[in-house]
Amino acid sequence: MSAFRLLIARDLRLAMRQGGDAAMVVAFFILTVVLFPFGVGPEPELLQRIAAGIIWVTALLAALLSLEKLFQTDYEDGSLEALSLLPLPLEFQVLAKCVAHWLVTGLPLTLVAPLLALLLHLDPAGYGALMLGMALGTPILSLLGAVGAALTLGARRGGVLLSLLVLPLYIPVLIFGVAAIEASIGGFGARPHLLILTALLVLASGLVPFAAAAALRQALE
Amino acid sequence: MIRRPMSDNPPSSPDFTGTGLACRRGERLVFAGLDFAVPASGALVLVGPNGSGKSSLLRVMAGLTPPEAGRLAWDGVALKEDPQAHRARLHFIGHSDALKPVLSAAEMLGFWAGMRGGGDVAAALARFGLSAAAPFPCRYLSAGQRRRLALARLVASPAPLWLLDEPTTGLDTEATAQLMAAIAAHRRDGGCVVLSTHAPLDLPGAASLSLADFRPRRGLAA
Repeated sequence: MSAFRLLIARDLRLAMRQGGDAAMVVAFFILTVVLFPFGVGPEPELLQRIAAGIIWVTALLAALLSLEKLFQTDYEDGSLEALSLLPLPLEFQVLAKCVAHWLVTGLPLTLVAPLLALLLHLDPAGYGALMLGMALGTPILSLLGAVGAALTLGARRGGVLLSLLVLPLYIPVLIFGVAAIEASIGGFGARPHLLILTALLVLASGLVPFAAAAALRQALE
Repeated sequence: MIRRPMSDNPPSSPDFTGTGLACRRGERLVFAGLDFAVPASGALVLVGPNGSGKSSLLRVMAGLTPPEAGRLAWDGVALKEDPQAHRARLHFIGHSDALKPVLSAAEMLGFWAGMRGGGDVAAALARFGLSAAAPFPCRYLSAGQRRRLALARLVASPAPLWLLDEPTTGLDTEATAQLMAAIAAHRRDGGCVVLSTHAPLDLPGAASLSLADFRPRRGLAA
């Protein structure tokens, strides 16, 4: 097995054994979305109007939850130092860890989203755009989060700092994710918005590994 | 420096050298003007009081910390020119054991060996007396066993340069002997070892480098 896939497999195995992380993220996602009908009232028209926004904002916050541990445990037990001395460049290792992170958090969020959309009476025309948007958008959340997680490594109260750093960067994903749903409900077609999300994903996968690896090297020095 | 006349992996006899090295940690200059040379099959023992820069020198040698000044070279080729090739040729065992509590000893060693292209995990575990511990998660291992497992990475996948930071900490006499045997076998195959230690170790023909000799005069001010 190549070193790249081996690292993904290790992170997945750690996530399985330690449990918690994926389940926690999904549980947070569901619970928070369920809170909204209690807060704003159960009128279907109102919920239908704000469903896309609620789901996307909550997904962003849920993705944030698991980011802090992305490099933290490897940093603390010395694994990160050993990883950085492997022949596989740190940039590829960052990418591998993002893939594993997405499989553990982003993918379950994407799969749960339509159920929550049902709960909020999302217009049936929006489901396709919701699923596709989540599938394209959640990997961007993992990638951008990796930069934040690498930069805040070793900082005190890194979790809060991480949120402040990463949330503003998530805004484009939120805008185009919600716009895709609104557009397809309005009959305009979600294609342009999904294409922009795709472009953002390509851009992030190309740039993030370099930025995060540089930050990790700084932390290890 | 005596080159071994016959080596198992000629023609390039590895030769690890550093010239005029200086290292800064934070505001403090830890050492300066340091030269070293480790020939093929050579061993270099770093000695010196706590804080004299043994770990810092090993980190510089591994490429974890860039040196403040000076040049590191392998076979005359500067490391800066190809850091990836340097990472491929070295094993660095620092103070932390880099073990995951939830993975078994065999899985853990299999991972680290696999990341370097694979190796004989079972033999490496046996060599450090860990065969019986192989199926157990690392969280159930004792401190000494964890140390042995970290050191088993050395023999699980081959690399010509070993950088060991106080490798015998926490080891019993049996494990220390196993480590010394592994180092001797590694040197027989033409490999280099640089290690720091406070305990006298049985390393025939090893050169010794005292870090206290390279302490900069103004270095302790900050």
